[in-house]
Amino acid sequence: MADKGDGQVAAQVDRELTSKEAPEVARKRWIGVLARADQDATEELWAALGRTDAYTVIRGPEQGLVMVRGRAGGTGRAFNLGEMTVTRCTVRLAGGAVGHGYVCGRRPEHAERAALIDALMQLEDECQVVDAQIIGPLETVEEKRRASRSCKSAATKVDFFTMVRSE
Amino acid sequence: MYVPVKGGERAIENAHKLLAEERRGNRDTPDLDVAQIDEQLALAVDRVMTEGSLYDRELAALAIKQARGDLIEAAFLLRAFRTTLARFGYSIPIDTGQMVVRRRISATYKDLPGGQVLGPTFDYTHRLIDFSLLEGADPENLEEGESDMGVTPHVLNILDREGLMEPANGSSGAQERGEDGEVHVGDLTREPLEFPADRDIRLQRLARGDEGFLLALGYSTQRGYGRNHPFAGELRLGEVRVGFVPEELGFEIEIAEITVTECEMVNQFKGSKNVSPQFTRGYGLTFGHCERKAMSMALVDRALRAKELDEEVEAPGQDEEFVLAHADNVEATGFVEHLKLPHYVDFQSELELVRRMRAEIEAAKVRNGDAEQIEAAE
Repeated sequence: MADKGDGQVAAQVDRELTSKEAPEVARKRWIGVLARADQDATEELWAALGRTDAYTVIRGPEQGLVMVRGRAGGTGRAFNLGEMTVTRCTVRLAGGAVGHGYVCGRRPEHAERAALIDALMQLEDECQVVDAQIIGPLETVEEKRRASRSCKSAATKVDFFTMVRSE
Repeated sequence: MYVPVKGGERAIENAHKLLAEERRGNRDTPDLDVAQIDEQLALAVDRVMTEGSLYDRELAALAIKQARGDLIEAAFLLRAFRTTLARFGYSIPIDTGQMVVRRRISATYKDLPGGQVLGPTFDYTHRLIDFSLLEGADPENLEEGESDMGVTPHVLNILDREGLMEPANGSSGAQERGEDGEVHVGDLTREPLEFPADRDIRLQRLARGDEGFLLALGYSTQRGYGRNHPFAGELRLGEVRVGFVPEELGFEIEIAEITVTECEMVNQFKGSKNVSPQFTRGYGLTFGHCERKAMSMALVDRALRAKELDEEVEAPGQDEEFVLAHADNVEATGFVEHLKLPHYVDFQSELELVRRMRAEIEAAKVRNGDAEQIEAAE
């Protein structure tokens, strides 16, 4: 009984996510992928897509800072650790869709490209192709890099034995 | 009073040209690529980002090149650069519990959920000079293990569950909320340092503080100047994502993945009138891979909590004003190095003062001498 109850709640939460938060969750995903992505890799995929969309830059690209925060003890009181460089840009497609790019570092061209891709990702007819040919591949590259780092470290996992002292 | 001087423009210009020449060095040696510094002097880049308080690898590497390897000068360059940029806002606090760890060790538990991962470390090396690097030898092929991308829980949670560990906030409790309901986090880039300083301000100051200074202070607490019985509860290195809420979007996005080093010290605590004996915490967090700095920061953070824990403040490492006022190497170098600037007028007045005092003493001696001679004669 309890299981069934939990399942129903979960299903309901899922539905709510789809209706309300899903667009934000989905957009968070691709904005994040573009923010971290390598510029050359992005440009290569963009060029392969062969698009020439007309758009207007309505803000930026602008370089700036975000103050990165940490927490005392990892989970306690927030404090300011230090700043990082960030570049942002906002564009509008001829059709009206507005895209935002927020990328790490000082990368104006990349921020503009990210904003353009974000705008295209909001078009129902375009998003699948752009996702499959740009966001997806960038995500794969990132996952591979993370996995490779993780595998290299995994080989350094160690077991310490506490030696019994002989009298 | 400092009285400015004029002139010397040509000499200064030529001195800077000479600096550029020396920086380049022998032209038969290839020019140093910023990417090489980023990749192969990565720990210098990490230190400059941490103390320059700006996460930007390429910029830090460039600053190191420009500063000819003088890391404090490089940190100074980053601090100066940041003043040219607008602040977009504050990140969501990074969640180090979600870190993809590349290194994670604990000196308190040998069997940890998630295991001990040595990662890239100087530990257990014999500190012998490796002459094969002279030849530019390629490193050996790496053995790879099974990737574990799962979340690695914090070690101190183990003690936390038993109630033997104070909460992450310490006994100071929850953070104050302002009138708008938002938690106020002090920011030294916006507000001057004032005493007594809250822990958020102390941690920010320590995070950008000089590694050498904090190392010496941390060491002093170990040697008995404000002893607090530390154990390296956990030290971890890895990548975390940085979340940010742009106003125009109104929801959280990720703007970067950054490398950080985190150290949690576990310290003994006798307990006080109100609190039973338990372990307390000291916390260290840095950009990049700065292990020594993170450990030193954690030792000093704990030492600076003396007052909060009803401990006697008797050693330099526990003295908040002493530690925080002198931890910043960019400020410190500014004040120490300004002594090199012309102080001719200042010194001229000092010179006159010393001459006058000497003359007065000499005159007094002569008068006394005369008196003695007269006495002797009588």
